[in-house]
Amino acid sequence: MTRSPPTRVFLVDDHRLFLSGVRTELAGQLDIVGEAVDVESAVEGIRNTAPDVVLLDVHLPGGGGRAVIEAVHRTHPAVVFLALSVSDAAEDVIAVIRAGARGYVTKTIAGDDLAQAVERVRDGDAVFSPRLAGFVLDAFAGDLPPGTSLDPELDQITPREREVLRLLARGYTYKEIARRLQVSIKTIETHVSSVLRKLQLSSRHELTRWATDRRLV
Amino acid sequence: MLTIGDLPERSPEAISPCSCHHGGARHVTRTETPMGSPPRQPPIAGLPHGLVRRRDERIVAGVCAGVARWLGVDPIVVRLAVCILALANGAGLLVYLVAWAILPEESAAGEPAVTGASPSTKRSSELALAVGCITLGALLLVRWVTPFFPDHIVWPAVVAATGIGLVLARAGDSDRARWREAATRLPGNPVEALRGGWMVWVRVLVGAGLLIAGIGLFLASNEALGAVGNVGIAVLATILGGALLFSPWVARLVRQLGEERRERIRNEERADMAAHLHDSVLQTLALIQRHADAPQQARTLARRQERELRAWLYDGRRSSGEDASGTLATALDGVADEVEADHGVAVDVVVVGDCPLNGHVEALVAAVREAVLNAARHSGADEVSVYAEVLGDSRIEAFVRDRGRGFDPAAVNGDRRGITHSIVLRMARHGGRAHVTSAPGEGTEVTFELALEAESTP
Repeated sequence: MTRSPPTRVFLVDDHRLFLSGVRTELAGQLDIVGEAVDVESAVEGIRNTAPDVVLLDVHLPGGGGRAVIEAVHRTHPAVVFLALSVSDAAEDVIAVIRAGARGYVTKTIAGDDLAQAVERVRDGDAVFSPRLAGFVLDAFAGDLPPGTSLDPELDQITPREREVLRLLARGYTYKEIARRLQVSIKTIETHVSSVLRKLQLSSRHELTRWATDRRLV
Repeated sequence: MLTIGDLPERSPEAISPCSCHHGGARHVTRTETPMGSPPRQPPIAGLPHGLVRRRDERIVAGVCAGVARWLGVDPIVVRLAVCILALANGAGLLVYLVAWAILPEESAAGEPAVTGASPSTKRSSELALAVGCITLGALLLVRWVTPFFPDHIVWPAVVAATGIGLVLARAGDSDRARWREAATRLPGNPVEALRGGWMVWVRVLVGAGLLIAGIGLFLASNEALGAVGNVGIAVLATILGGALLFSPWVARLVRQLGEERRERIRNEERADMAAHLHDSVLQTLALIQRHADAPQQARTLARRQERELRAWLYDGRRSSGEDASGTLATALDGVADEVEADHGVAVDVVVVGDCPLNGHVEALVAAVREAVLNAARHSGADEVSVYAEVLGDSRIEAFVRDRGRGFDPAAVNGDRRGITHSIVLRMARHGGRAHVTSAPGEGTEVTFELALEAESTP
């Protein structure tokens, strides 16, 4: 599945130990063009190297991953971000996604899976870890309160998207989901991208507030 | 290499900078005592630290010198104040004697008492003025309560003393800058608070006018003591003037106290966190280093610690106010924790929604646990996924999935059947369902479904 030329990746993480670990793991499969440990140097480095994909830590000194995405997208809207974090605090993860990241994986992800995820976001698809799928299901759960004039196109997910998300949360890969639902992988990718778009654009109040009042039935 | 043994000894040092409470404004006239120095120990509770009699500069017993040194003004100012007060019924004498009795003498070693406040050569016009104000106030109070000395002695004395004080204060210009710096650390030097734009000057003028009016009226009323009304007006005017003059200072004091309290709370939180990190994360890291040659154990330890830390960081916030141990999500986390520790497989738990535990939900958790254990023991997979969702219509669905070797449900051996059976039966007893999907080489998935009973939903 190696393409030519290899995907150019920029690493941003304030833990140097982790940076060097990722560099070693990805070295054979991807082209690491640079790395940075804080927001300022990240923005500068990314603008200078114009990578295909940026692997971005959610928590960074100087404003967090979100600040990097916003600054870079002002000048280089084509750069794609994949969020990477040990922190699974829902509000942090959702904030980075809403800032424009194309996906979120945890740092415990295996090297090969990470390389695959990078290729996937480079191709314009979204990457959802099971945990992110769970967060999104939580965020879009429940009916909208009556009287709210929200956009149903953006503020609700379709039953099919929900089904895909649930399978993702259960630990299925895109391929397994496609086989199970008897559709193509491309269809699954379309569903996931659509969910990502809604997650980024929806003004549904749960998205900003939901982490504090997790539903308790 | 860091071992468990030396960890507890080392880390308190590493942590203590977080946990120490940086002194608030209460003792700002002291230089910061270095950390770990003996605690402040005034001989009488409530007595400010560093307030001692100073033998070396004494005229009588060193009280004035000590107080002046503590306040950071020239001793002459304090001595004048005491003398003036002595004129008023001898109050000054009384205060002096009491202070003599309770103030400790400066220790022979010459404790570095002092500090942020200055050596006696330093002067502060502001502080001198403050002492003057306090003296005036005390004087008025004493006179008001029991008039004794006739006015024609006291007031000229006051005016003269104030003049002397001001003249003395003028000499202190060179030290002012240094003093201003120290004064900003005070919870607000009342006179310093008067500095500011023209509005402040208006206020000062009005306040001073009121004060003068008050004093004037007071004097006038002394000639006709029967006129109680006049006395009332005099007191009121004086209080008003005082309030106008000193309200910014009082406001600043209040604000500063609030800030101090917030800072203290922050420090306590930081100390809590440091303690928690020490008890959990540092210990685990040490354990991992000891198990560096056993990757499986190291990984299990790391995952367990990760889960625990995450629960501490996020779940506490999420379900504060509720019994955190009493929900589906926390129960499933507990299951994952236990199985990971005992069997060395990674268990990923994702829960959407949440609900309190009751008998049925607990049965579901127990069944899920059995399925996870099953996967850990027999599947050969090194990762098990658990997903549970509380659905809008009060149903819970749960899935336990592994990518292990799988089996053919139609041709299982007795052992497998027994386990499957017990899971299915257990769910059935509680009005739920369980279903096992598996094929050789395909992994296994167990699906659970349970309806939450109406009465169990609050």
